[in-house]
Amino acid sequence: MNPVTITIDGLAIPAQEGMTILQAAQANGLYIPNLCNHPDLDPAGLCRVCVVKIDDWKIAISCKQPVKEGMVVSTEDPEVQRVRKNTVELLVANHPMTCLTCERDGNCELQRVARYVGLEPTDLNRYRRSVRSLPMDRSNPFFEIDHAKCILCGICVRTCDEIQNINAIDFVKRGVASLIGTMGNKPIAESRCESCGECVVRCPTAALSPRHRVQPMREVKSICSYCGVGCGIRLGVRGDQIVGVQGDRENPVNGGSLCVKGRFGYHFINHPERLQKPLVRKDGELVEAEWDEALDLIAEKFSQHKGEQFAALASARITNEDNYLIQKFTRAVMGTNTIDHCARL
Amino acid sequence: MNAINTPADLGPMRDYCQAALGRQKVRFLVCAGTGCIAGGSMAVYQELQRLLSERDINVDVELLYEGKESDAGVGTSGCHGFCQMGPLVRVEPTGTFYTRVKAADVPDIITATLDENSEVERLLFKNPDGSRSVTEHDVPFYNRQQRIVLDKCGTINPEDIRDYFAVDGYQALAEILQHLSPMEVIDIVTASGLRGRGGAGFPAGRKWLGCHKAGGSPKYVVCNGDEGDPGAFMDRSVLEGNPLAVIEGMTIAAYSVGARYGYIYVRAEYPLAVVRLQKAIEQAKQYRLLGENIMGVDFDFDLYIFQGAGAFVCGESTALTLSIEGKRGMPRVAPRPRTTEVGLWDKPTLLNNVKTYAFIPDIIRRGADWFKSIGTESSSGTAVFALTGHIANSGLIEVPMGITLREIIYDIGGGIPHGGTFKAVQTGGPSGGCLPASLLDTPIDYDSLDEAGSIMGSGGMVIMDENTCMVDVARYFLQFTEEESCGQCVPCRLGTKQLLEILKDICKGKGRKADLDLLYELSHSVHGGSVCGLGQTAANPVLTTLRYFKDEYEAHIFEKRCPAKVCKDLISFRIDEEKCAGCTLCARACPVSAITGEKKQVHVIDQSICIQCGVCKEKCPTKFSAVECVSPKLVMEVA
Repeated sequence: MNPVTITIDGLAIPAQEGMTILQAAQANGLYIPNLCNHPDLDPAGLCRVCVVKIDDWKIAISCKQPVKEGMVVSTEDPEVQRVRKNTVELLVANHPMTCLTCERDGNCELQRVARYVGLEPTDLNRYRRSVRSLPMDRSNPFFEIDHAKCILCGICVRTCDEIQNINAIDFVKRGVASLIGTMGNKPIAESRCESCGECVVRCPTAALSPRHRVQPMREVKSICSYCGVGCGIRLGVRGDQIVGVQGDRENPVNGGSLCVKGRFGYHFINHPERLQKPLVRKDGELVEAEWDEALDLIAEKFSQHKGEQFAALASARITNEDNYLIQKFTRAVMGTNTIDHCARL
Repeated sequence: MNAINTPADLGPMRDYCQAALGRQKVRFLVCAGTGCIAGGSMAVYQELQRLLSERDINVDVELLYEGKESDAGVGTSGCHGFCQMGPLVRVEPTGTFYTRVKAADVPDIITATLDENSEVERLLFKNPDGSRSVTEHDVPFYNRQQRIVLDKCGTINPEDIRDYFAVDGYQALAEILQHLSPMEVIDIVTASGLRGRGGAGFPAGRKWLGCHKAGGSPKYVVCNGDEGDPGAFMDRSVLEGNPLAVIEGMTIAAYSVGARYGYIYVRAEYPLAVVRLQKAIEQAKQYRLLGENIMGVDFDFDLYIFQGAGAFVCGESTALTLSIEGKRGMPRVAPRPRTTEVGLWDKPTLLNNVKTYAFIPDIIRRGADWFKSIGTESSSGTAVFALTGHIANSGLIEVPMGITLREIIYDIGGGIPHGGTFKAVQTGGPSGGCLPASLLDTPIDYDSLDEAGSIMGSGGMVIMDENTCMVDVARYFLQFTEEESCGQCVPCRLGTKQLLEILKDICKGKGRKADLDLLYELSHSVHGGSVCGLGQTAANPVLTTLRYFKDEYEAHIFEKRCPAKVCKDLISFRIDEEKCAGCTLCARACPVSAITGEKKQVHVIDQSICIQCGVCKEKCPTKFSAVECVSPKLVMEVA
C-alpha cells in the first residue's frame, strides 16, 4: 500500500494505492454524492451519481476508479455537474413525493444527493413524472418492500450475496421494468430469505423498511441476549419500552450485523405474558414465588436425585461462562456426565 | 477422401472436390437464405429435383464424388443478398440469374437450360431502362459491389464442406499450420488494417495481440453473432451462406492467440443459421478440422454454439460473455480489465464479430497488402450493409470502405421507389444517427460517419423518403432502446424512458417549448453517464434528428403540425367538395363509419369519429383524388 497524493477540486489529499477516488475522498472527510455505494460492499457503479472528471478529460465514476499518483479530480466540472444533476432529476422524477410521511424522511440518501446537486422545482417540472404502481410486498412479518421507492441501486442484492451469502434476492425483469425480486418473483416470505434485515438497514431509501417502526427517544448500548455470540446492539428506547434494535457497528464481535432474532425479536421484552418471577407449583397450581424460595426448593429436590438419574440440558441463550458453570455443577455436584446443550448440532 | 490428416492433404482435397463438381454439366443453385425460403424457394428446389428426375437426369451429388458423370446438379446456396427479388435461382456454369422464381416457372427454366441453351427472359432481372440482365454481374445492384465476405454466400452449398473445399476453403489454415507462427499471423492481421466489424471498429490485430500476450489458461475465442439491430441481417446471411468461413477464421484466431475452446453466440431466432453451423461444425470435426490434432498437427480447438435468448444488450461483449456463463446479460461496469485479459469465465477471451472472422481466411490467402488496397487509409477492406426501408433494391450489399452514401443509395439501391424523394438515411441501427440529403456524399468509413454524428455500427442502413416524420423515427428508435435497456444504470434505464415520453408527447402535439433543450441536455447526459456503449449511443437518433431536422421538431411543438403528415394526433383527413364525385368507396371502406354522404353527393368526414387511418385516401380513385391529408389538425366546428 504505497501512499499517493491526489488533488480533488484543488485540494491535495493523501491516499493509498488501491483505494478508489471515493474512498480517498471519504477518508479525508470530503463528500462526493453517491447512491449505490456502501462501505461494506464492493462498488457496483450503477447509480452514476458519483461521476467525476479525471485529469480534465475523462468522465469516470469515483466509486470504482482507482487513485493514481498526481491524479487531478474535479467534482464540479460543468459536464460532471450536468450528468450528475440529470441523473438525480431522473430518479426524483420517478420517485413518490411523499417525503413527509416517509419513514426515511431526513435520513434518506436520495434526499441528500438531491439537496447536494441543487434540485429545483423548476428543473423537475420539465420532466414527465412517472411513479411505479406495483403492489407492496408485505409478506414478510418484519419488513416491507415498496418498489415505488426503490432506486435499483442493488445494495440489498449485494448485501444478500456478499455479506450473508444467501442470495435470496436479485434483479428481476429488465430495463424500466427491472425490480428487486426473488426467484420466480414470488413474495419474499416464500423465498430463501432468512429475514436478517441486513438489506433493510443498508437501503438508501425506504424501499425496504422495518414494520411498526417507532422513533426512539434515546439509545442504550447492550449485548444481545439470544445466544452466546454476544452481538453488540443499540436498543432504541421510548419511555420505558424498547421500540427497536440496531446492530452496533463499533462492536468487534458483530461489526453491526445481526440475525433475525436479534434485530426483530425484541417484542418479548415488554410482552405481558413474559415470566418475570419464578413460579412454584402449590396444590397443583403454579404460584409466583420469591427467588430464595424457588432456589431452596430446587436444591432440596436436586439433592435427592444425584448420580445417573440426573441429566442437564443447557441453553444457548445464556453466556459461555454460565454454560461452563452448568457443566461443572452437573459433573462435580450432581455426579454425572449426562450434560448436553441445545446448540451443539 | 474423408479426412485432412496433414496440411498437405488439402490441395488434393480441393482438386478432388472441384473435379467432382466439374462433372456436372449444369448446376441449378436455389437460394436457401431465410428471405428466399420465406418466399417459397424450397418449393422451387423440390420441383427442380422432381422434374429433373422425371427426365431421368441424374441429380445425385453424392455420385459425383464417386467419379460418375452427371447431367445436372441441384443445390441450395446461401443468401445472394438481393432479397427484394427472391426467390433467386442461379444456373452454373453460365451464371444465369433468375429472380422471383416460382415452382410453376421451373419447367421453363429446365427446358431453356437443357434443351434450348437459352434463358427464360421473363425471369431475368429487368433494369430500369427496360433491358434484361442475364447474370448477376450485369445487375446494377451487384456490379457496384465488391464482395469478399459475401462472395461465396450465393455460390456454394453451405451444408456441404466439400463445396467449401472446392473454393479454396481451409487453404488459409493449412498455410499457417505449415508455415506461420502465431505472431506472424497476428502481424498479417495487423498489417491488413482490419477493424472489428461489430460496430466500434477496434483494430483487430491489436485485439489479437492483446489476447495472445494475456496470461491465463484456457483461452477462449468467441464469435459475436447476436445481431440485434432492427432491419439488420448481415451476420445471419454470412452464418447461413458460408458458415465454414467463420469457423475457419475462428480456428485461425485460436491458433494465433493460443485458445483451446471457442463459442459462437448466435440468436435462437436464427434457427437456420444454428442448423447450418451445427452441420458445418460436425463436418469440420469429421474432416479433422476441429477437435484434437487439427490436420494432424499439435493444435487442438473445439467449437460450441451458444444460442442467445434475444436480448439486444447481449450483443455488448461483456454482457455476451456473462450470458454464456449463464448469468444475467448485463454489461460489466468500467473501469474493468479488457475482455482479452479477463473475459469468459474470467479467462483471456478474443471476441470478434461474425464478419471480422469471415474476412480472415481471405486475408491470409491473399495477403495483407491486397486487403489494405481496398477501402480507405484508416478503414481498409469492405463493409457489409443490410439495405432496407424506402429503397428500390433492398437487400444485402458489400462495398469497399470509402464509397459514398449516394453511390450506395442511388447506384446500388436504385434510389427511392415510386418517384419518392430521399429524406434521410439511418446507419448503425438504433444506436446510429439519421443523416440528411446534404450529407449524401459522406464517405462510408468509421471516422467520417462518427464525425457526422452517426456510427458505422454493425451495418444496418435504413433509407427514408419524404413521407417519414423524423420525430416519429426518433421515437421509434428510442422505444427500441428503452425496451432493450438492461436497466442496471440510471441514465440509460430512466433517461431513455424520459426521452421516449417527451418524444411521444411531441408526436401527440403535447410538446412544450422547454422540451427541445431538455432533449438535448438529457441526450448528452445519457451519453456521458451510461455504463456501456449501448446506453452511451442510445440518444444518437435524438441528437442527429435534432441536429439535422430541428425544423420538424419545431413544427410539432409550436405549430402542432407534422410536416410529413405521419403523427396521427396532428393530422386530419378532409374531402374536397370540388373533387368528390360521391362514389361512396371511402364511406364503405371507413372502419369507424366516420364518412357520410349519399351516392353522387359530396361526402363529409366527421372529425370527431375519424381515427386518421387513411383508408379513405387510399380508396379514393386517383382520377378524383378528393381526399387530402392536412396538418395541423382541423379545428372541429362547434355546433
